Amino acid sequence: MKISVQREDFDIGAEMRALSRDPKVGAVASFAGVVREVPMTLEHYPGMTEREIGRIVEEARSRWQVMDCTVIHRYGELKPTDQIVLVVVASAHRGDAFAACEFIMDYLKTRAPFWKKEQTADGARWVEARASDDLAADRWTEKTEPRRGG
Amino acid sequence: MKVKLLFFAGLREQLGNAGEEIELPAGVTTLAGIHEHLRARGGNYEKVFSGRALVRMAVNQEMAQPTAQVRSGDEIAFFPPVTGG
Repeated sequence: MKISVQREDFDIGAEMRALSRDPKVGAVASFAGVVREVPMTLEHYPGMTEREIGRIVEEARSRWQVMDCTVIHRYGELKPTDQIVLVVVASAHRGDAFAACEFIMDYLKTRAPFWKKEQTADGARWVEARASDDLAADRWTEKTEPRRGG
Repeated sequence: MKVKLLFFAGLREQLGNAGEEIELPAGVTTLAGIHEHLRARGGNYEKVFSGRALVRMAVNQEMAQPTAQVRSGDEIAFFPPVTGG
């Protein structure tokens, strides 16, 4: 498992290849987030960010077969087309890899302490949290509810 | 009881304060208590801490509810809803 909160850019291909080396791995799913349209500055809570992502990854591992996982999130000043975040999940089969990757991304958006400040033509403004992100994360609670009793 | 306070993002800017160590008054033992103690400072603190729904809290780098107990030496963080990813 690799969790990195960094200023520097990352190489998606290299990160995916790094999770394909175990001969038991049959599926590597990834998600990359990219800055859209507006330059921004990303602030985070050093220490808590890494721990919170670690907790999210552990939760994913308890739900799906995750053989290895990489989460990279950048902070600092970013411009349109820059990469922001990368989640890569390796598993034996695609179902677990896809699901765990989406779960980690949904939870990261609602739990990891990052804040975006956009540099718009009218000046800088903090991005407001979106209710749709909370709903996306809530799906996973509903979905797995029946399993809790069993 | 002494605790470390941290403020992030829009909250930090509104308060003009990234963090401080404070001695809590006797009787202030929960996050809600600290929240109210800060609100009572008035000015920008009153503005920021009057709308509790918009302030998230963490104790020792873990998200926590207003009822959470705090202990001497704890790191208490206040911040807006997160917007990463």
